[in-house]
Amino acid sequence: MRSLSAVLTVVAVIVSFWYAACIPMNIKGVLTEAERAGAVVVPEGARERRDLGTFGLVMGNQFAIPATWAQERPRLPAPHQVVVELWQTTVMKKITSKRSLVHHAWVTLSATLLGFAIGTGLGVLLAVGIVHSKVMDMSVMPWAIVSQTIPIIALAPMIIVVLYSIGVQGIIPKAVISAYLSFFPVVVGMVKGLRSPDAMQLDLLRTYHASRAQGFWKLRLPASMPYLFASLKIGIAASLVGAIVGELPTGAVAGLGARLLAGSYYGQTVQIWSALFAAAILAGCLVGVLGLIERVMLKRMGMAR
Amino acid sequence: MKSTIIEAQNLNLTFQTNDGPVHALKDVNLSIDKGDFVSFIGPSGCGKTTFLRVLAALEHPTGGTVTVNGVSPDEARMQRAYGYVFQAAGLYPWRTIARNIKLPLEIMGYSRADQDKRVEAVLKLVDLDGFGGKYPWQLSGGMQQRASIARALAFDADILLMDEPFGALDEIVRDHLNEQLLDLWARTNKTIAFVTHSIPEAVFLSTKIVVMSPRPGRITDVIESPLPKDRSLDIRDTPEFLEIAHRVREGLRAGHAYED
Repeated sequence: MRSLSAVLTVVAVIVSFWYAACIPMNIKGVLTEAERAGAVVVPEGARERRDLGTFGLVMGNQFAIPATWAQERPRLPAPHQVVVELWQTTVMKKITSKRSLVHHAWVTLSATLLGFAIGTGLGVLLAVGIVHSKVMDMSVMPWAIVSQTIPIIALAPMIIVVLYSIGVQGIIPKAVISAYLSFFPVVVGMVKGLRSPDAMQLDLLRTYHASRAQGFWKLRLPASMPYLFASLKIGIAASLVGAIVGELPTGAVAGLGARLLAGSYYGQTVQIWSALFAAAILAGCLVGVLGLIERVMLKRMGMAR
Repeated sequence: MKSTIIEAQNLNLTFQTNDGPVHALKDVNLSIDKGDFVSFIGPSGCGKTTFLRVLAALEHPTGGTVTVNGVSPDEARMQRAYGYVFQAAGLYPWRTIARNIKLPLEIMGYSRADQDKRVEAVLKLVDLDGFGGKYPWQLSGGMQQRASIARALAFDADILLMDEPFGALDEIVRDHLNEQLLDLWARTNKTIAFVTHSIPEAVFLSTKIVVMSPRPGRITDVIESPLPKDRSLDIRDTPEFLEIAHRVREGLRAGHAYED
């Protein structure tokens, strides 16, 4: 009960900060509209107001404050505007509609899941190689690290162009970008996990004259499971970011990235924010599902108490 | 009647470290007979664990020879000649006690039916009947260590190497386990090499006590115990027991006289 009130307090603080921020962000637009509608605004004329501080404008035109939360195209939409938009584009729209966020979220989600699967598979394979081969450790690991220092926003268009030139398009390029972002946490986590058995455990297997394969399947792999799940949670969030970024440079017509892009073309800030929230909610759900699988699996393995 | 099962001659082991070479073992000569219970006692750094690890082929000597069952430790390891019990139980948290004990059996390719039979037998041997389905964290430290001994007993190794197996347990549990270990040794007729830093434990358990001293690690005294093989904890108050304990203490003190 106490933790619930703490959570609600934090949410309340964020929401009220957001509402407060809407006032200075939107005040100039609101005043312009109000003046056009015949209201008395101080000072008169949009040009006069252009270089004035927003604080003074708000103080001088307090009547306009409620309007900053109800603009059609605000610079910063108010929370309730985003919630209404989310509601109308998900629950109130048919999934088949091009304006349905569920439809767009599914387009992004499918690329995310495919990329996540590729990235996880690749990451695990690389980690196994790195743990078992010193050469791979020294030759692959630096490149894996370097790969993550390049901003994905710079790399994504190139990946798409290169893949397009060899005839690959559709979901695959987005999945490749997803995989590119998600393989790295899996590699790092799995390398750590596969190396987590201590010297004593390895000595014990040696006294049994166990083969390397037996050591892998019976000791290293099960020991790495908690590490794997921690990595997967980071990986799937990165996958979603990858899929969205992959939708931006192509001018994609569907997907959360496409909604962001279209929103910014047409100044539809409410649409941008609702797409952002849809992405955040989606990521939260994906991480939550992974957490659930982790709980069930570790419990079945006897590792959760 | 007695047959030598472990034989070390002029055994030397030098580790190369950043601070120069460290003589972990210097000119160690020792023979262990079949059925012996040998304790290695000495301060830390005296090479007692290292000697055990050499027997298990986890370390390799830089000089001299050592044979186990008449062959090199490496070959003995491949023949799976010994069970090793470490200071920590080292049970896999994702396996039940029964499946932990099955681990060496799976690796060595025993049949399913044989595995189940052996697990049941060794669980009885270490007094853990009915705990096979529990996970390690559900057991106390002493029970976990008993499970790890059961794991070492599950396959047919004649030699049991134990590296301070009860070092992390409290004295009451330790006494109890010592008694059980003697009982187990009498029933299985295994050869046991046991590393400890407790004088009463060494004297109580052993037929042969090897006193070691550090820098360089070497043997300073080998005591053949006159105590009967069948003994109870009460024996610790007899004059014979105290006399041997005294001799061990003297041996340890003599080893330290070299220092400073």
